[in-house]
Amino acid sequence: MDFTEVPVKQDKKSKMKKTKKLKKNTTMEEGTAEGGPVEGKMEQTEAAETSFPPAFSLSDIKNKQRRHMMFMKFKQEKRKQKLQIRKKKKKERKALGDKAPPKEVPKTIENQRVYDETTVDPEDEEVAFDEGTDEFSAYFNGISNPKVLVTTSDRPHWRTVRFCEQLATVIPNAHVFYRRGLALKRVIPQCIARDFTYLMVINEDRKVPNGMVLCHLPDGPTAHFKVSSVRLRKEIKRRGKDPTEHFPEVILNNFSTRLGHSIGRLFAALFPQNPQFVGRQVATFHNQRDFVFFRFHRYIFKNEKKVGIQELGPRFTLKLRSLQKGTFDSKFGEYEWVLKRHEMDACRRKFQL
Amino acid sequence: MGERSRLCSVWLGSETGILKGVSVSRKQAFNFCNTSHLSRDQEVRALCWMDPSQSELLVGSVDGNVKTFSTEKGEFTETRCCGDPADGCFVGLAAIGGSTVVTCAESGVLRVWREDSSEPSTELDAGKNVCRMRQSPIHPNKVATGGKENGLKVWDLEIPEKPVFSAKNMRDDWLDLRRPHWVKDMAFIPDSDKLVTCTGFHQVHIFDPSTPCRRPVLEAEFGEYPLTTLSLPSSGNTVVVGNTHGQIALLDLRKGLVRGCLKGLSGGVRGLQCHSSQPVVASCGLDRFLRIHNLEDRKVQHKVYLKSRLNCLLLSSQDLEIKGAEEEGSKNQEVKKEEEDEDEVWDTMEKVEEAGDKLKRKVVEIDVEEEVEDKDEEAPQPQQKKSEKKMNKKNKTK
Repeated sequence: MDFTEVPVKQDKKSKMKKTKKLKKNTTMEEGTAEGGPVEGKMEQTEAAETSFPPAFSLSDIKNKQRRHMMFMKFKQEKRKQKLQIRKKKKKERKALGDKAPPKEVPKTIENQRVYDETTVDPEDEEVAFDEGTDEFSAYFNGISNPKVLVTTSDRPHWRTVRFCEQLATVIPNAHVFYRRGLALKRVIPQCIARDFTYLMVINEDRKVPNGMVLCHLPDGPTAHFKVSSVRLRKEIKRRGKDPTEHFPEVILNNFSTRLGHSIGRLFAALFPQNPQFVGRQVATFHNQRDFVFFRFHRYIFKNEKKVGIQELGPRFTLKLRSLQKGTFDSKFGEYEWVLKRHEMDACRRKFQL
Repeated sequence: MGERSRLCSVWLGSETGILKGVSVSRKQAFNFCNTSHLSRDQEVRALCWMDPSQSELLVGSVDGNVKTFSTEKGEFTETRCCGDPADGCFVGLAAIGGSTVVTCAESGVLRVWREDSSEPSTELDAGKNVCRMRQSPIHPNKVATGGKENGLKVWDLEIPEKPVFSAKNMRDDWLDLRRPHWVKDMAFIPDSDKLVTCTGFHQVHIFDPSTPCRRPVLEAEFGEYPLTTLSLPSSGNTVVVGNTHGQIALLDLRKGLVRGCLKGLSGGVRGLQCHSSQPVVASCGLDRFLRIHNLEDRKVQHKVYLKSRLNCLLLSSQDLEIKGAEEEGSKNQEVKKEEEDEDEVWDTMEKVEEAGDKLKRKVVEIDVEEEVEDKDEEAPQPQQKKSEKKMNKKNKTK
């Protein structure tokens, strides 16, 4: 058999080089008795090659039903393989016991975040001074107490009104007013005269609340947020009883950059500085991928280890659109930060807050 | 401090009252201020060079003081009180002939201070709500002022009674309504009498005092937000303007068309300056970044985070990149040599000799190699060169 294999290899080589010569070779070797059967095999393989091109894929099947079937089969096989690998890994881990290598941390766009050079270092003197003397310093030094005016855009839908009312139960010392078609620039001086420290305006579009202007008084800054996925109290499942009038605690999560710090301070200054722990209520502003999630909970310590929480609502998500220096003046105001879409969010792993 | 300040090619004044210097090529930023007693009263509002050689800076702060900062020593050398805080903050600062200082406050009081006198030598009133005062680069005695409801005025400081040129308001619009004035910034176009202004109503105007027409010769618009500053690049025919939303654009002065926008900013622009020879523009503002854009390909070349909001900016006329690079080179060799020069002359002498020796040796080596190649014979030589010769031989055999 060794003897027969040699000419085949030669044939293959010649085929690689010149296909025309191949025919001649086959005729030559047909005459020799030993080369005959080998040649037959070769022709078979050739035929197979022509029917299945080397880059075969399921999408080449023209029949839709057949293609679908094949695809399902392919999928199932893949899933089976995956499960097998997972089982095998689990077994290995069990067998190794304590010596097992630590589990790999999954890659998310948050832990792959691009480093932001404005990330605040808590020991930085200059930033500390800047924050210590900014517009919120009066609140943080305990000189002023928050007083919030909540209003809406003109002719609000009942849902927006309800949302405002519920926000006013979350924020202590908040007063809801009907807008009465007044311009914000005329409202602001009156607010300052009445010692309000915040003006909060909920804007709506097509009867759905979709924007929030949060203006710190008397001298700014003003933040403009997009509001989405608003859930009123009624729409939340397994919610607790209505909140009490105690001052809630405030949790601010993940506001790490310089801009994030300003926004965090803006939210913190909405609430009084001395929470009443008797109420056991917490307002949370959680920042994740530049979206700020607001939740309002009541907690209870069931025993030393277990804590129960109960959502009280409302629940909504904010996204910063712009931060403006000074009180609301969208035409002539100077902007400290403006969201520039397609320019800032070109990189999915870069976050601003 | 002196070494540091000599490195810096960009100077910035911040809202927290810190004077910042940035060395572009070394990518370093320095604070020139004692951080122990910072205060917002010292917020820097204006910066200018004291003399053409650019060894001293004038820093105008909110509390009405003008401080002199020496870039050689790296510290503040002099503080002078130029006007009280009741006048409002400085909107412009200029120096004439290395000693005389011109200040202008928001209330429109323009004062000229001669050296060593606590009283202003000249005082003139430029009207209320002045937004900016600028000095002509060619005639240092000429300054321009303008502000809100206060049209552009050009003053000759030797004739303080009356402005040399005062702009007229724009013609009423098609509804016969008055058009408001709001000059935010202006610049003298070199090689002509013309001036460019930018307004709070996102217009760019060109005025030509040489013609009898007191209204703008050309009007261009950019964007929909108030323009804050402008600057003229060294190559003519264009102007760079910035607005409150962090948009910077290059406008053509011939037809008023937008030539291109500079991207990458996130907050309003406060300070903008083009380099006097290179095609670069530096910008700073409320987003706390210094950005240096190339005007040719409009890309960001450098971006430095400076921790506080920045009000004003000043570039030195030297080449931005070279200044640092030179210093870097000098840090290794030249500075050391200079010091040694000062200390011991003989050391340097020896060094020079050594250098000469090295050169000679090199020459000798080359000769030897050539000989080897020619004759292929061996002569008694130091060990170092033997190996070289061997190498040569090997090469030959190959």
